[in-house]
Amino acid sequence: MDPVVAAAVAEAHRTEWGRVLAAAARLTGDLDAAEECAQDAYAEALGSWMAHGVPDRPGAWLTTVARRRAMDIIRRRDILRAKLPLLAGPDPAGGDGDDGDAAMPDDRLRLIFICCHPALAPDARVALTLRLLCGLTTAEVASAFVTSEPTMAARITRAKKKIATARIPYRVPGPGELPERLAAVLDVVHLVFTTGHTAPAGAALQRRDLAERALDLARMLRLLLPDEPAVAGLLALILLTDARRGARTDPNGRLLLISEQDRARWDHDEISEGLTLAREALRSRPYTRYPLMAAIAATHATAPAPGDPNWAQILSLYDELIAIWPSPIVALNRAVAVGEARGPAAGLAALDVLAAEPQLAGYHYLPAARAEYLRRLDRNDEARLAYDEALLLAGNATEREFLAARRGQLPPGHGGAGHGGAGHGE
Amino acid sequence: MAEYTVFIWGDEQAWERAGAGAMQENLAAHREFMARHGAALRGGNRLHPSSVSTSIRHTVDGGVSVSDGAFAETKEVIGGYYLIEAADLDEALRIAAEVPAPFGGVEVRPVWPAD
Repeated sequence: MDPVVAAAVAEAHRTEWGRVLAAAARLTGDLDAAEECAQDAYAEALGSWMAHGVPDRPGAWLTTVARRRAMDIIRRRDILRAKLPLLAGPDPAGGDGDDGDAAMPDDRLRLIFICCHPALAPDARVALTLRLLCGLTTAEVASAFVTSEPTMAARITRAKKKIATARIPYRVPGPGELPERLAAVLDVVHLVFTTGHTAPAGAALQRRDLAERALDLARMLRLLLPDEPAVAGLLALILLTDARRGARTDPNGRLLLISEQDRARWDHDEISEGLTLAREALRSRPYTRYPLMAAIAATHATAPAPGDPNWAQILSLYDELIAIWPSPIVALNRAVAVGEARGPAAGLAALDVLAAEPQLAGYHYLPAARAEYLRRLDRNDEARLAYDEALLLAGNATEREFLAARRGQLPPGHGGAGHGGAGHGE
Repeated sequence: MAEYTVFIWGDEQAWERAGAGAMQENLAAHREFMARHGAALRGGNRLHPSSVSTSIRHTVDGGVSVSDGAFAETKEVIGGYYLIEAADLDEALRIAAEVPAPFGGVEVRPVWPAD
């Protein structure tokens, strides 16, 4: 195997899979068949590129081969007169006016909108997106979400079946539906990113593969929907958060507070790109979720001193965010901002209001944040209990070590308070 | 095109509490809905309350067990349905979103073609 060709195929798999599959799906009207077409195209690329060299536009080459395979399938289907439930959407033969380049249609938007349709279960939306847009195998998708492969396979099969029988259309929603449907797409991309940024379980803090896929998806959406402030906001949020990836742990893998991070190790290209996008996203009113979250991330990224951002500004951004998105997780982050802006007693009071919130039961950030403020209030015995509770709930090994270390720093009995900056490891 | 059944779920006790006026208003709202979407409507009915419903379950020994009431023991029960025709799920959901269901909601289920 020629390593240059192998690398080119791997790169094209990472960057072009969704486009190749989306183009085939338009013709076959069937996601399973489209997956087969895409797989065939990549298999053929290995041999052909070895013999004839890597083409100038690998994506176009692969799309052409996949579309040819799709035509074969359509012919075979006509012969068999098979009655299959096909994707609802435009006539595959006729363009419907939204193709910039008719010869090489970019159907990735249709594909992501069908994968993230609100009629599908949220878990299935994420799984389909990773599988169909990013080309992850079922095993890889299962491992990302700490599920067994058969469970994930069943989930994907069920979702594809619903798409076909309920006739979820292979179409970009019209302007009336776009904001709501786009929000569902952005939530999926954001979930993929957060899962990669801090893995919910396992030994590694981050799953770089997932974080990079999310960044790719956000960049794709930005390219295809350049005028949507919500998209600019999500890309900005991902860039500004991802920029800290290299600084989040010390050389021994210990999780660092944002105040302890070496800002020279932040990715400054990503930060400046993120800041530009955040500014653009915030020019449109009314604000939506991701532009506001990007503004919060931007405030952290532009803190005058390490770990000392403008907390009053962050708190007022959280107030705006919670007004449009009253979620317990936002309330929890807002409570931490209250503590940083107004002192640990105020933060603790804001956190304690959330104690009965069922959606936060089992979420380790709540006891971890309480522990931090209890520590600052010199209530060390209570802080120890709160750390214990957080340790019971945290699944990520790096986060667990962080929490155990913070707990270990508590003075025995009564003593002085430590001051750490953010409410929890970042 | 495909056919979808729109099941109208609602809380029967809420209807009782709301009284006859609410029911009159609801009937008017349904007449309006039917006039607006006449082109898509293929059928539909209001149903008698679940108290006069009878459910049949198949038992493991191959027999049947008949019981009084709705199939699922929930507060909301099916109170009526429409049969509509739509190009795809998005269109069906747009129509279904306009079905009056003040004390509940609707469920959209594709109809399995009979052929």
